[in-house]
Amino acid sequence: MKSMKLTTGKTLAGIVGLSLAAAAAQADTLNIVSWGGAYTASQQKAYHEPWMEQTGDEIVNIDRSANGLAGLRAQAQAGNITWDLVDMLPANAMIACDEGLIEPIDHDTLLKAAPDGTPPTEDFIDGSLTECFIPQIVYSNVIGFNSDAFPEDNQPFLMEDVFDVENFPGKRALQKAPINNLEWALVADGVPVEDVYDVLETEEGVQRAFAKLDTIKDHVIWWEEGAQPPQLLADGEVAFASAYNGRLFNAAVNEGQPFEIIWDNQVFELDGWVVPVGKMDKVRDYLEFATDTQRLADQAKYISYGPARESSAARVSTHAETGVDMKPHMPTYGPNFATAIQKNDAFWADYGDELSQRFNAWLAR
Amino acid sequence: MTQNDMGQAPVLTTADGLPLKTSLMRTTRRHRIRAFLLVAPLLLFLVVAFVLPILDMLKRSIENPEVHNHMSRTVEALEGWDGESIPDEPVFAALVQDLVEGGEARTIGTVASRLNYEASGMRSLIMKTSRRAGRIEEGPYKAAVIDIDEDWADVDTWRLIERESDPFTLSYYLSAVDMRYDAEGNIVDQPDYLKIHNALFIRTFWMSAAITGLCLVLGYPIAFLLANTPLRYSNLLMILVLLPFWTSLLVRTTTWIAILQQQGVLNDLLVGIGLISTDNRLQMIYNKTGTMVAMTHILLPFMILPLYSVMKTIPPHYMHAARSLGARPFLAFRRVYFPLTIPGIGAGSILVFILSIGYYITPALVGGQSGIFITNFIAYHMQTSLNWGLAAAIASILLFVVIAFYLVYNRVIGVDNVKLG
Amino acid sequence: MEPFAQFKNVQKSYDGETLVVKDFNLDISPGEFVTLLGPSGSGKTTCLMMMAGFETPTHGEILLQGSPINSLPPHKRGIGMVFQNYALFPHMSIAENLAFPLEVRGLSKAETEEKVAKALSMVQLTGFEGRRPAQLSGGQQQRVALARALVFDPKLVLMDEPLGALDKNLREEMQLEIKHIHEQLNVPMIYVTHDQAEALTMSDRIAVFNDGVVQQLATPDVLYEAPENAFVAQFVGENNRFIGDVVSLDADRCQVKVNGDSVIDCLPVAVTENGNHSTLSIRPERVVINPDEGSFPNIFEAEVKDVIYLGDHLRTRVSVCGNGDFVVKTPNAGGNGALKRGQKVRVGWSLTDCRALDA
Repeated sequence: MKSMKLTTGKTLAGIVGLSLAAAAAQADTLNIVSWGGAYTASQQKAYHEPWMEQTGDEIVNIDRSANGLAGLRAQAQAGNITWDLVDMLPANAMIACDEGLIEPIDHDTLLKAAPDGTPPTEDFIDGSLTECFIPQIVYSNVIGFNSDAFPEDNQPFLMEDVFDVENFPGKRALQKAPINNLEWALVADGVPVEDVYDVLETEEGVQRAFAKLDTIKDHVIWWEEGAQPPQLLADGEVAFASAYNGRLFNAAVNEGQPFEIIWDNQVFELDGWVVPVGKMDKVRDYLEFATDTQRLADQAKYISYGPARESSAARVSTHAETGVDMKPHMPTYGPNFATAIQKNDAFWADYGDELSQRFNAWLAR
Repeated sequence: MTQNDMGQAPVLTTADGLPLKTSLMRTTRRHRIRAFLLVAPLLLFLVVAFVLPILDMLKRSIENPEVHNHMSRTVEALEGWDGESIPDEPVFAALVQDLVEGGEARTIGTVASRLNYEASGMRSLIMKTSRRAGRIEEGPYKAAVIDIDEDWADVDTWRLIERESDPFTLSYYLSAVDMRYDAEGNIVDQPDYLKIHNALFIRTFWMSAAITGLCLVLGYPIAFLLANTPLRYSNLLMILVLLPFWTSLLVRTTTWIAILQQQGVLNDLLVGIGLISTDNRLQMIYNKTGTMVAMTHILLPFMILPLYSVMKTIPPHYMHAARSLGARPFLAFRRVYFPLTIPGIGAGSILVFILSIGYYITPALVGGQSGIFITNFIAYHMQTSLNWGLAAAIASILLFVVIAFYLVYNRVIGVDNVKLG
Repeated sequence: MEPFAQFKNVQKSYDGETLVVKDFNLDISPGEFVTLLGPSGSGKTTCLMMMAGFETPTHGEILLQGSPINSLPPHKRGIGMVFQNYALFPHMSIAENLAFPLEVRGLSKAETEEKVAKALSMVQLTGFEGRRPAQLSGGQQQRVALARALVFDPKLVLMDEPLGALDKNLREEMQLEIKHIHEQLNVPMIYVTHDQAEALTMSDRIAVFNDGVVQQLATPDVLYEAPENAFVAQFVGENNRFIGDVVSLDADRCQVKVNGDSVIDCLPVAVTENGNHSTLSIRPERVVINPDEGSFPNIFEAEVKDVIYLGDHLRTRVSVCGNGDFVVKTPNAGGNGALKRGQKVRVGWSLTDCRALDA
């Protein structure tokens, strides 16, 4: 009886082992964490589908990037990391990297050179490659508005207009976080773009920013999920909404919504991949593929985020479905970029905790 | 019987001389073992899924291992420091060693995060120094470190490190009640512009009480009807009451958004019948009203069911008796029926109140800024600010308050008087 | 004397299709104890509830001291009521229960206390003021319920099977106590029960209910001695039955042929002509075993089926005239316990003790 049990056990283990080995040789399942919505859709089209076709791997999309750092910490503490690749903002990537939650990356060894042989460290946007982070796109936080909400001869186009409730009445939807809002409040109050973060480091600067936000506080609906602002605009609940430029583009181009973007004082930053500790071997090949020049250029066919490689930028063409020329919709397009603010990740890494609490306290008042 | 009497009483024995108690224990042992085995799975489940997480939460709310574990040399070197002047060379040497090792082991980031909760800027100070410390070939370290960032020449930096070197801390609890340590280590109020939690605790409690009251006012007549209607009608009514249970929480909540928002059904209706003009559409959601309405709807069955189960057991005789004794219908209700339903009111209220204190999805979706609860901040600190120690401290306070409420309730009404069904 | 309370042609239907009470008429004199007796579902409790005001008559009138009270709400009727399960308020002490009807009438505190004390002493429960109903025995609760129904000096007291939940000894004790209190207070009472012995013990008059109709309304002795129909004869007291056809009929005598050949002489009560179908009713204690020849018009051969010894009397079951379940009750006077199963005997009874009733 006992020996039989043992044999059965061994056989079972053997079968399981064999099938696991076979699966590893044939195809992998990659759990990729991203932002969901239009953004994940663009990654699916540009990266995932060609990769799955090429290798037979299966890719599972997990829409958890909004809580990516919390998820990484929780999985690391539980000792059971199920995510293979995570799409993340550079500020969070920096913290995760400092805490040893993600793999350091040697960009020149891991990533493909540009078609003309330029190594990745020179091809990616200056200063965008950090210790554990591979950027994919440049995206932008902008204010969008519903053009139906204002008469044709009085359409807003400056950041000051967003803070001008006299001439541009209506609710504003803003993200429920200090990031972007404090920067915008300062520039709308006359602080030059290049001085924004220096001013914010001072107590007077913070007070000034909150004082400016006070002027519109009663007109604000606060959103928390990226999908909310286009919805609020479409429902007519708000006249203005801060949003990721790609979401507004998709609503305008794919759904024909009458949304316009105020590019003035857009706050742009990068977004990219990080690899949870111990997952490098599993995702190395995928990462090399998904960050090459053509793949990054392809993503721009589906969403109006600029590729993080200079060699890809030249290949940006038209929208895959509507044929709209994508270049004027990119955050990096000349006229859009003139008054842009580059988000200061180091500043937010240091002051994020305190300013968030202060922001919440301000909201509750 | 007094203790003394008990002591002097002879030990009762069975016919064969065994003490009666031992004999009784023996005969019922099998029965007790079986009873224990029957509850064992649930007991195990409760320990794993309920008791242990709560203990872990309580631990997290006070534990403070980062500096203690990952800067142990510095902490040791700081022993005996006067707290008034900049520390000496050995401390800086220990600091460099800790930061370099911590940088290589990637453990220093957690220290940086921890210290940054206490003072903004500590993250970059620690991380920058950790990266550059590796380049310091040899001493004297003090000058080299201060050269990297002159904050190291600030006594407050060192006081902070020393204070946070204790493996346990009260700072999460202080933060949870809008207080903090100042640079000298005294406990002081947060500046007004950082105060937030106390107001939210208070709001959570009074709004939960208001929701409980609303549920009672709305649920009592329905429960009465349910308990006093012939079965075939009351079954239908009961289905209507239970219907919300069969719909997902999110569906119910978003339905209220569709109804209450400014471009929503109710406002359209009010504008349509000319009660309000279209420019004055009412703000009924994303504020306290929204939270109250949606939560009352969701929690109503939890009030109705205990009330119903108590009312069902009250025979109609009592009201008849009161009427025949000369009481007007309302007086009969107030003096006889109502007091008999108090156990149900108690059970329903305690259930709704505790559930309400713990709700966070609904306030998050329909509460806007003025209608959110302290629980939303637990979620916020868990998911967004990632300050789990603070989340644990707030949650623990909530736990203590609920326990306190329960004890007071027990004192006043008596838990034996609570009937859940 | 003008009746104190009256049911006049009262009918009650709950569903509009069937009547649970069909044309009920009853006059209650001042100080009278009237019992509504009947099996469950016969309509007696409904009548009581209509008097109390918890049910409305579908037709007819109810009068109290001459004035109609159909639309008077229960709390204005001034009628005391004792419920089947006592209905003592469990959250109030005994004193609070008793004080309740006085408080709602706005009596002063001193007056209330005095009346409560008096009522408690009447039911011999002085000293129980502070207890809760759950701390009392069933009999004690019953007394409290009684005291509560009386404490406010009601015009009329209604009792709905008040002793149903008590055991036999206690029930008999309480019957006498209620009777005693009734005599003492001289307040009219309407009492509902399905226990015929209880009804006989307590009542001045009894209304026997069946199927929504009063079968007979009479004093206990008349009801027992002279039942007017087969239902009453069967329901009140023990009864032997024969079923047969009338073969000859005079004013004060008729002959009924039962079981094909036996002809029994009996008193015509509810038969009108020859050939009528009839149920004969004979009380078991009126039958004599082995009577002297010629002492009764009815003497028949019988066979003893069994004899049950009951202490004060003996029950002898015999088979006579085709009735195998005929019971004879004889007092235990000594020396008559010699009957054996299977023994042939003669049984006899008088003409007036054998009533020819409806079929």
